[in-house]
Amino acid sequence: MTLHPILAALKKHKAGVTLITLQIALTLAIVCNAVFIIGQRIDRINRPTGMDEHNLFLIVQLWVGAPTGDDAASVDKLDSLQRSDVATLRNLPDVESAIAINTTPLINSTWNNGIGLKPDQRDSTDQAAMYFGDEQMIPTLGLKLVAGRNFTASDVTHMGFQGHMKPPIVIVTRALADKLFPKGDALGKTIYVDRNTPSRIIGIVARLQVPSVESWANSWAWNSVLVPTRLDANYSRYVVRAKPGRLDAAMREAPKALYAANPMRVIRTGSNDDSSVHSFAEIRAHAYRADRGMAILMGVICVILLCVTGAGIVGLTSFWVGQRRKQIGIRRALGATRRDILRYFQTENLLIAGAGVVLGAILAVGLNLWLMQQFQMDRMSLLYVLVGVIVLLGLGQGAVFAPALRASRVSPVEATRSV
Amino acid sequence: MFTYYLNLALRSFKRNRVLTALMVLALGLGIGASITTLTVLKLLSGDPLPQKSARIFAPEIDPLTADSTTPADRLFRNWGNLMTYTDAMNLLHARKGKRQAVMALTPDKITPQEAGQHPFFSDGVITTSDFFGMFDASFQYGSGWSAQDDDDRARVAVIAGFLNDKLFGGANSVGKALRIGDQDYRIVGVLKPWAPQPRFYAVNLGGRGYGNGDAVFLPLQTAVADKVNTQNVNCFDTGVDINHLETAPCVWVALWVELASASDASAYKSFLSNYVAQQISLGRMHHPEVALPDLMAFLAQQQVVPDDARLQANLAFGFLLICIVNTVGLLLAKCLRRSREIGVRRALGATRGAIFAQFMVESGMVGIAGGVLGLVFAELGLWAIRHQPAEYAKLAHLDVSMFVATFVIALIASLIAGLLPAWRACVVAPAPQLKSV
Repeated sequence: MTLHPILAALKKHKAGVTLITLQIALTLAIVCNAVFIIGQRIDRINRPTGMDEHNLFLIVQLWVGAPTGDDAASVDKLDSLQRSDVATLRNLPDVESAIAINTTPLINSTWNNGIGLKPDQRDSTDQAAMYFGDEQMIPTLGLKLVAGRNFTASDVTHMGFQGHMKPPIVIVTRALADKLFPKGDALGKTIYVDRNTPSRIIGIVARLQVPSVESWANSWAWNSVLVPTRLDANYSRYVVRAKPGRLDAAMREAPKALYAANPMRVIRTGSNDDSSVHSFAEIRAHAYRADRGMAILMGVICVILLCVTGAGIVGLTSFWVGQRRKQIGIRRALGATRRDILRYFQTENLLIAGAGVVLGAILAVGLNLWLMQQFQMDRMSLLYVLVGVIVLLGLGQGAVFAPALRASRVSPVEATRSV
Repeated sequence: MFTYYLNLALRSFKRNRVLTALMVLALGLGIGASITTLTVLKLLSGDPLPQKSARIFAPEIDPLTADSTTPADRLFRNWGNLMTYTDAMNLLHARKGKRQAVMALTPDKITPQEAGQHPFFSDGVITTSDFFGMFDASFQYGSGWSAQDDDDRARVAVIAGFLNDKLFGGANSVGKALRIGDQDYRIVGVLKPWAPQPRFYAVNLGGRGYGNGDAVFLPLQTAVADKVNTQNVNCFDTGVDINHLETAPCVWVALWVELASASDASAYKSFLSNYVAQQISLGRMHHPEVALPDLMAFLAQQQVVPDDARLQANLAFGFLLICIVNTVGLLLAKCLRRSREIGVRRALGATRGAIFAQFMVESGMVGIAGGVLGLVFAELGLWAIRHQPAEYAKLAHLDVSMFVATFVIALIASLIAGLLPAWRACVVAPAPQLKSV
């Protein structure tokens, strides 16, 4: 079959052809970028923190009438309150282990420090989030120690929340170790987390995300430092690992046990966001809720767009078929088979959709470049455009099939009818 | 004539039910999506103080150390009008504006008087006396505190109406005591509902950008004396004694100034430059740059509107564009198929204008139907947004201007969509069309 008659017919429908081509192009441009955004958000939502989040939950609580922590005696008082709470939690039957920690991944409350390789270095080599806790941090969070050793109980000190941190030893994540010591010999080396205090790296953990999931922390999302120091403040965060399958029971019992041990505190319970007892599954869902919402919205828009475009093709082709019944009848009378008629409309659609996707591919890349300028967005892989092209060509063929089939059923006798 | 065109349009819709439904549905979806995201964007990027935002200014200065290489404009973008306590207090006491206030945020632990109720946290602001007058916060009971109370470090408090409802059942609580942290404060005022959106004064103090408003307002100097914790502290030099934030090299309070008119801004800006120059000569500061954006310029500088909301609005307009293209295509195809009908009407004496009007009426009807459907979709979309966990979610409601906008957008979209087909229809030559009959 030659293309000439198709092109000649299309020339008579310039406006309609232009519009449907434009619609296909715009649809391709938007759908490609939307799917790309969905992919990025899903990657973000699923990235592991480095913790073993099953059976893990967090309690945030605040003491009422607690000492201020201004002087050493009141810091000691706060420390004993914290230690007795941890002991209470560790004694619960459903609890495997429990720690007090200043913050955790995914909760956006963070203590950051510049990390230097020399004392009093003016511009720090990199920055990292600080996690303060005791020797149970690694087993309770479920971190994987890949080199060196864990802290021991005798390494652990304590200090007031507003004190000066001078840790002689630290454990760092592999990401941070590799950035500071690209040769891979970080273990045993000295770093400066507080400008002038040397800290020796005694261990390296595989991965631990920083607390913030906001975009400003993206470039150093895996730079974490573990410090063997209990931080004492008038509030505390406890991370509790429940025994397998006992998470719900442990989450119910833990606040009750803490209140029973000392009622002078604030722990918000309940199922809403204000509650201060959350499983890490809830914390993860909460941390990435905006990303999930965006991905769902993009998905819905893509589906609707493809439906609208598909329906538009069906509508337009139906009109053309209706308009050309007589010509189809003449062709049939002159010996064209049904398959010829079907092929005619399919080829016509392929030409239009082909022009549309070529224009659309350019628009898609252009839109991506514009989005990169306007928003924090990465360059889209051309694979998305390629898949989009195939999907839209397929959509066009699918949409044109029903009207084309109807056209192929036009009887040759139509040629003789005047209407 | 108009009713006749309506009648013709209805007949034509009946002939192509599925296609008409498709056009209306596509237009409705496009309009619904655009209105939903526009409502959210308007909510997020609105003017929090429309009556006076042009007279409210955010003084910005660069307190960094001499060896700092951070360019001032980048610093202002990050820190905005954050200052050290010393600078903020100096500028406050200079009283060069009509009103000025210094503020920070603090989580307040409130202990109810009744036994058996657990203490709870509320969002608190620590600020100075001009805050309420400057930001048009009006009082249900009582009033704000005085500048004298600020200097005397009085333990007084202003609370929000919703907190008054919660603690005192909505009764006049002025004069009653409220336990905040470990101190008793005397309530001097209860606010009417007051929650500017965005919550501009909290933007770089570490607070949420939107929401129901703050619950408790305390005098800044009293709170500093009582060592209340503040939400956000950024330190830029070593030797920080966090227990004496009022002298520490840390920015943690924000200064806002109301001027008598927007034209006083240049005078205030030169005052600010002089202040910085004087501090540089004293060796306290090292960078002479200052900035004085007004409220809306400040919100733009701080990029308050979330990227996702802007992205969604752009996406929705792309979506609307596709829906309009779709409708134009279908209307065009539809009317070309009716060339014979047009030929008959033209032969019977209808002018080109009459044909044009007929088709515009038809596409206008598609537009209005699409608008009604779009309104339904927008309500649905906003309902879905209200059930999202975002902090601005509960504020998303369709207002009257958006309601009108729906119809205007629908009508314009459909009339644009109808222009080409209507023009094509009216240039149809009657004779060839009649020949084949």
